[in-house]
This record gives sequence, C-alpha cells and structure tokens, in this order.
Amino acid sequence: MKDMKTKFSVKNIFRNQIFIPIAAMLLLLIFNLILDPSFFKVTLGYNSAGNPVLSGYLITILDSGSELAILAIGMTLVTAATGGQDISVGATAAIAGSVILRVLCGGNSRPEHMQAPIIVAFLVAVLASMLCGAFNGILVAYFKIQPMVATLILYTAGRSIAAWINNNELPVISDESFSYFGGFIPGICIPTPFLIALLCIIVTVLVMKFTTLGLYTQAVGINEHSSKLNGLNPIFIKFITFVILGVCVAVVGLIKVSRISTINYSVIAKDIEMDAILAVALGGNALGGGKFNMTASIIGAYVIQCLTTTLYKFNVQSDALPAYKAVVVILLVVSSAPTVRAWFTKTWAGITAKNVKEVG
Amino acid sequence: MRDKAVLEMKNIHKSFPGVRALQAVDFTLCEGEIHALMGENGAGKSTLIKVLTGVYSKDSGDIFLKGHDKAVAIHSPQDAQNLGISTVYQEITLCPNLSVAENMFIGRTKGFGQNWKKMNAEADRILKSLDIPAKATQQLGSCSLAVQQMIAIGRAVDMDCKVLILDEPTSSLDEGEVEKLFKLMRDLKAKGVGIIFVTHFLDQVYEVCDKITVLRDGQLVGEYEIENLPRVQLVSKMLGKELDDMSDIKSEQSTYKDSDNNAPVFEAAGLCSDAGIKLFDFYIKKGEVNGFTGLLGSGRSECVRAIFGADRITGGTVKKNGKTVKITKPIDAMKNGIAYLPEDRKRDGIVGDLSVRDNIILALQVMQGFFKPISKAQAYKYADEYIKLLSIKTASADTPIKSLSGGNQQKVLIGRWLLTHPEYLILDEPTRGIDVGTKIDIQKLVLKLASEGMSVTFISSETDEMLRTCSRLVVMRDRKVVGELSGEDLTQNKIMSTIAGGDK
Repeated sequence: MKDMKTKFSVKNIFRNQIFIPIAAMLLLLIFNLILDPSFFKVTLGYNSAGNPVLSGYLITILDSGSELAILAIGMTLVTAATGGQDISVGATAAIAGSVILRVLCGGNSRPEHMQAPIIVAFLVAVLASMLCGAFNGILVAYFKIQPMVATLILYTAGRSIAAWINNNELPVISDESFSYFGGFIPGICIPTPFLIALLCIIVTVLVMKFTTLGLYTQAVGINEHSSKLNGLNPIFIKFITFVILGVCVAVVGLIKVSRISTINYSVIAKDIEMDAILAVALGGNALGGGKFNMTASIIGAYVIQCLTTTLYKFNVQSDALPAYKAVVVILLVVSSAPTVRAWFTKTWAGITAKNVKEVG
Repeated sequence: MRDKAVLEMKNIHKSFPGVRALQAVDFTLCEGEIHALMGENGAGKSTLIKVLTGVYSKDSGDIFLKGHDKAVAIHSPQDAQNLGISTVYQEITLCPNLSVAENMFIGRTKGFGQNWKKMNAEADRILKSLDIPAKATQQLGSCSLAVQQMIAIGRAVDMDCKVLILDEPTSSLDEGEVEKLFKLMRDLKAKGVGIIFVTHFLDQVYEVCDKITVLRDGQLVGEYEIENLPRVQLVSKMLGKELDDMSDIKSEQSTYKDSDNNAPVFEAAGLCSDAGIKLFDFYIKKGEVNGFTGLLGSGRSECVRAIFGADRITGGTVKKNGKTVKITKPIDAMKNGIAYLPEDRKRDGIVGDLSVRDNIILALQVMQGFFKPISKAQAYKYADEYIKLLSIKTASADTPIKSLSGGNQQKVLIGRWLLTHPEYLILDEPTRGIDVGTKIDIQKLVLKLASEGMSVTFISSETDEMLRTCSRLVVMRDRKVVGELSGEDLTQNKIMSTIAGGDK
C-alpha cells in the first residue's frame, strides 16, 4: 500500500508542470557542486561605501535574475491570454529607463541634484510603459494583429524613442540614493533588485489570490468564444495583460538604469525579451496560450540566470555565451516537451514495475 | 476471422486515469454491412473508435483486418488511413481556414509536389458526385456546418476505404441532408464497404443499419441483428434497466401554476441583431417552458442569442417584469437572471483545458466580479454539488473538461448555468449528440426547474422532444417568426405545416 502511494506520487511529480524547471535548476546546481563547490560560497563583506553586502555566485544569480523574473510574470499573463508574446519589452524598458532619467535630470544631462523625487520619476515611467503596453494591447486585442507582429513595432522603434526622450544624450545621476535600486540599500546586505523582484512576486501572489485574473486569462486563452458567452470581455482581458506587462517593464527599467546610474540606449535590457519568453517556455507553459503556472515561469527565469552565471564562471567568452546557452536550452526544452515527459513517465513506470517483480 | 468479416477487434482494453473506458470489448464488422455502435455517454463508443483509428493506443487486445494474417498495429490516424480505415468525427475536425479541396486532400498527397489544378478538379468531381453544395476553391469556414460535415464524409469516402466510421455524422444535418447521406451509405454498402455508424438517433439506426452492437460502461452488452431487437429492448440494453415508456414524461409537463402572476417575466419587442434575423417579439412567463422550432438555419439560435446579447443588438427593447432593461452584452443578460447554453458545445461552451470545477464556477465567478474570487474550497463544494445533482461522470472535479464524454460535458455546462440561479434559462440544442439516457435526464430536469418557477426556453432539432417539454412553440422560417403554437395545436403535423407555411 505504501509502495503504491510513493509510486503514484513519483508519477505525479513527472506530470507536474513545475518539475522541469526545478529539475533543470537542480541539475545546474549539482553540476556546479561537483565541478567547483565554491559556487555555493556566500560571503559577507563591505562595499566601497562601507555597507555590509553579501556576495557570491548564488547572490549574483538572485541579483541579476530579478529583471527576468519580473518580466516573466507579465509575459506569462500575456502568453496565457493572447497565445502570443511581447517582443518589445527590452525596448520598452529602455523607454522607461530613459523617462526616469529625463524626469530626474530635468533636461540637464549632468545635474548636481535630482530635479524630482525618484518615486515621481518612477511613476511617470510606469505611466509611459503602461501606455506602450496599451498600444500593444490595442493592436493585439482590438485589431487582432498577431502579438509578435504588433509588438515588433515598438521592438524596432523603442530604443530610438528612448534616445529621443533625452535628446540622445546620456544623462548621469550622481546622487548616491539613486543607485540603491540596482545595488544595495545601506544597512541591508541583500541586493535590492532581488527584494524588488520578491515584492513583485508577493504582489502577484496577492493579485492571483484576491482577484480572478488567473481564471479569466486562462479562460480567454483557451476559448475566447465561450468566455464571451460567459460574460467576459476577451478584448479587455487581453488588453489588460499587456498593460500589466507594461508595469513590469517599468520596474525593470528602473533597476536597469539604477545599476549603472546612466543609460546606454542600444545595450540596456538587450535581448531580454527572448530570455523572458524562454522563462515562460521553460516553466512548461504552452506558448500557444491557455493554462499557465506562474511559479514555474519565475523559477524558469532564475534557471536561465543560473545558466548564464555558470557559464560566466567557467570563463566562457561573452561572445560565445549565446551558443552555449542555446545548447543547454535545447536540452531543457526538449526534455520538457510532452512526448518526452510521457516517455519519462512510462520508463519510470517500467522500472518500478520491474522492481516490484524482483521483490515479489 | 469470421466469414466476410473485414474487421475484428478482440478483447480490447483501455483505461484512462481513474476510468476504465473499455474492458474486454469485442467488435466484428462484415463486408457490406452498416453496423450501429450504440451506448450511453461514456459507454466507450468514442474510445473504441479512437482505438481503432489510432488516436488512442489500446492497453491490450488485438485488431484483425481482412487481408492481413496477423493482428495489425495501429499507432496513428495515418496508420489507420493507410490500412483503409476512414473516419468522420462528430465534431468537425477539418481546417476552416483552408479551401474545400485542400481539406479533402490534406495529408493524402505523396511527396512534396502538388498539382493544384488537378486537385481542385478532382475535389469538384467528388463534390458533384455526392451532391454537396460547395465549390472546391471555397474556404471551408464559409460553408454551413452541415455542408462541412458532408465534405468530411466526402473526404473519407474518397479515400479508398474498407472500413468507414461515421461518428455522429447526422447530428447537425437536416432531414434532407440525412437522406442524402443515407443514400450514400447504402451505395457504399453495395460496394462492399463496412460502415460503423455511431449515432444517438434511434430512428436513423432502424432506417439504415443491419446490425447493432451495444456497449455499456465500457463493456460489451451484445451484438444483435436489427430485426431481432425492438427499440424498447435496445434502449433498455443501453441503459441497463427496463425503461418505462419514454412518453411518460409528457404527463409531468410543467405543473407550475401561479394564477396571480400571468404577466410575462421577460418580454422583448422588435428585437433584432446583426446576425441577420428579422425583428421579432417575444415573451415568457414564470414557470413556462417554450421553444423555438424551425429548420436548420431558420434563425432559432440567432433569436435566443439576441435575447442573451450574444450578438450585436441592432434594435428593440427587452422588459423584465414590465421594466425596461438594457441588454447589450452577455454580462447584462446574466445580471438580469438570464442563462444561455449555446448550441455549439465545443466552440462556445466548454473551456477545454480547464477543470470541471473551473468550468462549473466560471459564469457565477464572472457575475460576482473580478475582485471577489470564489475560494478553492467553495469551488469544490459547488462542483461536487452539481456533479452529484446532475450525476456527471468524471474522475474528479479537477479533470479537464475536454476529457469527458459529450453528454457529461453538456451536464457540466448546465451545472454552470444552474449555479447562477437564473430566472430564465435558455437551452439551445442541449440534447444534440448525447445519448438517450441523458436526453431524458435533461428533459426531466427542464420540467422540474419549470415546476419550481424557472422560465425555460428549450430548443431542439427533435420535434418530439419539444412536444414533450414545451407548452408553447415559436415557429421560425427563413430567419423570421412565422407562428406560435400552444395547447391543442401542439402536434407534429401542425408544426410541420406551420414550418412549411400552411397546408398547401
């Protein structure tokens, strides 16, 4: 009887969507553990400003993976409701970052003091990227343009718009407090981006718990006709997922510009849209829309960061990085494909059946 | 193998998580025979067909085909097709955005080359020979549901098949079209093709079939010659119990009487929508069951869709208890106590990948609003309540609705709307494509709800069902309301003549 139970639970683990990203994460960690256990070393030191900070590869992963995790939240919702992806998030993050700098600098590219509170700058950026999201949302939901095509517009134009916002100058914020968002808050040894990501995740959990967003986006993604006849407004729901993604993008923009206290229009958040989509896919979510698992997407985001950091650690040249990444991604994506998972389940069932026979 | 047998399935087993779909089922099909496969919802008909066509892989058992010494292995629909087994499914499985010809030849061409001209000409020839009113180059989606179904059959017929499986092909066809299909089936039979006919229409079984195999709860009940199995016995074999005469229901007809309240609950005047119906007036009283009747495409569904606000409303007013209410979207209708079960279950009804539980609470959840999610515990409570009340066969409340049989899906959808406690329930073809037992359940349910004071509109292609349940019928022709029948006038003949436009 007990055996039966464990057998069933193992089977369920294979079936569970969250299995793949967690397994991938574990594999990467074990790989590191075997080759170089120093990967897991976390030390408490002091940075140049004399504040206590944690450092180590694990901290790097949590720190650098934040942007991706935040984007994965919004991207999962867009994917679920529209069955498509937003490829403009990197460019929109550039716009958001540029807006923040513009508001803080107030037209002067090297201000001695910030011209506005950071919160005001951030809210303006949120508004700007929500507008970008709304633009995408209208094209996709109302005009029924395929998401990838619709978001191609901002993907192409976004970085130019970002540069134009600051008259193509590269404003630098010298105020210490601005760098807190991409670094450390004095007295707190955990990287702020991770705290921000955590906050976003908590907000998402609350939204999922206290609203019906999850049910609505899935219902619209699975069967639009039926949703409509059940009183939902599919157009509005698709639209709103893009706007939510816009908010996520603004947060990412803030972290990105805070990290370097300035902006590089062509490099900021470059290719992050692909990683965000990959995070959703790694989480085992169907890119064709419908059912989703938010936790799996977020773990997927950290898996990607873990992979990148691991590759850096083994001194892979940054030019060669994408190629290595691609190989690992192929393995992960193939192993998360339904057919392969069915095969896993079957093989496992075969192994356990054999064991039972031997025991008997 | 038996003499003349083209197909023999022996000792077939198949189970799904939590459900034994088939247990030791045998099935034999002979040359030139039309063989009905009958059974209730979840009896295993569809599963057996899907095992035969390679959609599901069987757990154990053998399939023998004429001309093959050993048991054949069918691992995919492609295998089945190559072995000469063709299928037309209940739900149309063609691609609506491709042309008719492309749909007929998809997956059948060898190599990469494609002679489009030849393909179109060939398709036109088939369409013509089968009397199907469509052009080869037309987009499939622009054909009516019935024509699409016939094209699917045309496609199957054209593939050199020895075994033709028709899974509920007639559920969306009108009588003339059914006749054409039967003619076609008899022609094929004369050529020696074995046809497996899955249907819920008893009349049709007795019209065309030679043999009947009955399944119940995944097990074989038996194989019978048609002349040895009278209808009553067939039904009782399918249900597994002696059935009191079905017309019993009639005596239960809505008993709700409220003499004080003779005013209509809902009243519509000059209503019309962009779906192309003419202006119509409509009313329904408390506890009344009425129906819309008319031929396929006469605008029955469009009328009720207009009442529910499912299409864009272009004019007219709706009054609830004498007060004008504004209904332009489904949510308005729902908030005014109207529930609508759509005609096309797969397209408009179920949310396939979601669980039975989520499907049941969906409408109520939408009415409660975005910021008031139904808790998981509460959702389970609701789901269990309706699974029990409607005796829905499902492994659990977490099972995705798409893995349920058609009739059980329909029950889930009815549960969804009952959960909203509507004052006025619209059921558009609730019994289409489901088995006799569930049909009777649904009709009884309708009468019970009405006797409790709910107003119900019941639409069905089967007139006798409507006669049994409805106390008033609105007759439609060519997207226009042409008459209203009640009391003494509620007879088959009177309905037919009203539909046809007088006794001419």
